[in-house]
Amino acid sequence: MTRGDRRSTAAPAPDPAASAVPPPAPAGAAKDAPRDAPASPGHAPAPPTPSPPSAGRGTSALRDRVRHAGLPYLLLVPALVLELLVHIVPMITGITMAFRDLTQEYIRNWGAAPWAGLDNFHIAVDVNAPVGEALLRSFAITCAFTVLAVGLAWLLGATAAILMQDTFRGRGLLRALFLTPYALPVYAAVITWSFLLQRDNGLVNHVLHDQLGLTDAPPFWLVGDNSFFSLVVVSVWRTWPFAFLMLTAALQNIPRDVYEASAIDGAGMWRQIRHITLPALRPVNQVLVLVLFLWTFNDFNVPFVLFGKSAPESADLISLHIYQSSFATWDFGAGSAMSVLLLLFLLLVTAAYLLLTRERAPRATRSCGTRRRKRAHV
Amino acid sequence: MSEGVPTPASATSTASAAPAASTRGASADSPRGAPAASTRGAAPDRLGRRARRTAGGARRSGRAGAARSPMAAPVSFLWTRRILLTLLAVFAATPLYVMLSSSLKPLQDVTGSFRWIPAHLTIRPYLDIWETVPLGRYFLNSFIVSAAATLCSVVVATFAAYAVSRYRFRGKRVFTVTVLSTQMFPGILFLLPLFLLFVNIGNATGIALYGSRGALILTYMTFTLPLSIWMLAGYFDSIPRDLDEAAQVDGCGALGALFRVLVPAATPGIVAVGIYAFMTAWGEVLFASVMTNDVTRTLSIGLQGYSTQTEVYWNQVMAASLVVSVPIVAGFLLLQRYLVAGLTAGSVK
Repeated sequence: MTRGDRRSTAAPAPDPAASAVPPPAPAGAAKDAPRDAPASPGHAPAPPTPSPPSAGRGTSALRDRVRHAGLPYLLLVPALVLELLVHIVPMITGITMAFRDLTQEYIRNWGAAPWAGLDNFHIAVDVNAPVGEALLRSFAITCAFTVLAVGLAWLLGATAAILMQDTFRGRGLLRALFLTPYALPVYAAVITWSFLLQRDNGLVNHVLHDQLGLTDAPPFWLVGDNSFFSLVVVSVWRTWPFAFLMLTAALQNIPRDVYEASAIDGAGMWRQIRHITLPALRPVNQVLVLVLFLWTFNDFNVPFVLFGKSAPESADLISLHIYQSSFATWDFGAGSAMSVLLLLFLLLVTAAYLLLTRERAPRATRSCGTRRRKRAHV
Repeated sequence: MSEGVPTPASATSTASAAPAASTRGASADSPRGAPAASTRGAAPDRLGRRARRTAGGARRSGRAGAARSPMAAPVSFLWTRRILLTLLAVFAATPLYVMLSSSLKPLQDVTGSFRWIPAHLTIRPYLDIWETVPLGRYFLNSFIVSAAATLCSVVVATFAAYAVSRYRFRGKRVFTVTVLSTQMFPGILFLLPLFLLFVNIGNATGIALYGSRGALILTYMTFTLPLSIWMLAGYFDSIPRDLDEAAQVDGCGALGALFRVLVPAATPGIVAVGIYAFMTAWGEVLFASVMTNDVTRTLSIGLQGYSTQTEVYWNQVMAASLVVSVPIVAGFLLLQRYLVAGLTAGSVK
């Protein structure tokens, strides 16, 4: 999509979007306007232009300035329209839905659903009632699952990335193998795992029971308490290659002379890893851990494919829980209230995380890096 | 997983690495590097001088060889690496092996106790998967949806990333923060409202979005947009401004500079974004489970068709999983170096 005649590849591209987006005009205008009509109403969607478009008609210098002020907004219009339609508007809708008594009969015309005030939230957080209790349990399970899965995924990814920083025979092949679980479509990977975890004909029980004889009877892995660990293993298997990929990319940015200098100073392999590699990874870790946390916490795909629509209690992740309680009872108001609570929680955690890590991360790495480099030039 | 001598980069370094490795254990108490001094004669001059200057000359002789191959490793490290990487490889490969071997077994062999080595081999499952469920149609649907979503996402993200990377404008921060923060919202929060929105748009305008491929394309392209913009903007930032400014001076115009200079220069980043978008769309389950019907069903939901029968055709499930994975895994592995390059520029600043 990048080779050949750029103009012609660019021109038809927005069309599929245009056919799907109800207001397609701005998407088309975004491209054409700056070329043919410098100060035309094509600039209208750009909200705060410093000078009104009509003023630019006088001199070419002024026109250029208007063009420059408007162009970034025009370039953003397609993205903005999509974000508004698919993210922002539904989100606001979702938040308003949480305050309505939105049950099955109002699906076709949800605007007619009566306002419910905070009722939905009361139901969701009332720990003594069954709904609130189930939500709280699901939340606790999700927290435990996320901590375990993210920690393990990061650990495996970092281990592999650091051990494979140096070239050795077969490294390319091994890297391809490690990345394959991440490249597999979720459902294909998880269906395969569900076969491995079958009680009677799965590999896990074959190894544990038949070959090693660790259990008296073949245990169930997809129902009951064991399903929590199944979920963790499957999730780690799928996500650790992503940590590996990100950290591998980050390791390539560490300048070689830092290692050389420290080696001259007498730092051994393990000290280099502890004092150069790990601190240099800190900025990437900041993003990586956050992304892993959000993906894992919100994970719907893995439990949905692994357990089907009804997850066992011990593996009832919050996304699946909300999905089930919304579509099982068609009480979308309560489901939305739960989603909003989930969103608030994620916002809080993310904000706290960013505040905490911003304080420390850059200073630590910079001081370490410069100290090393300074020593190298003594 | 056998390993060679770490980074024998050149003839000189192999020559010096061998004694260095053999003396490593004792290097701490070896007398002031007589052996190292002899090998360093062949080493690059700059390095040798720097080494001599640190702390009174050739301290720690063994490390002088390690300086050129910074990761020339002690034996403990090599064994740790061997063991850990073998364990990881087994963990990563086992399900892949099971997928492959079970897809070649007849049905009675996958319903009984598991066997590592298949007793009988057959390609029957690969022929049956197309009959049991309309896999061909699911395949086509997934391909149309993923390809369209990827194409649109890349184009839209390129425009937006160009604006974010090259222009200062009011609201830029608000835009980037808002767009990126949508990344953390749970998909479940959007699911119900989008579902209602598409149903209501359908009722109001007659455009049947709900259940159509268009709705999925629209959803997927938007969901991949935030990370795509972020990665691409990072990539554009790494390209010197002089390049596209020179093109603009030559009369290219802003868009000319984008398409003739920036886009060719940012090909790795754009490919990376494309891979990411395609993989996301190809693997998505949540929205596909609600927004598709029998005609527009994609692979992510369609594959579950083998499991809802009275009997689960595990060999066919594995064969179908393999068939739908091969194109995407092959593409990913072929293009992964672009992904690493794109991530490096986008995330590590």
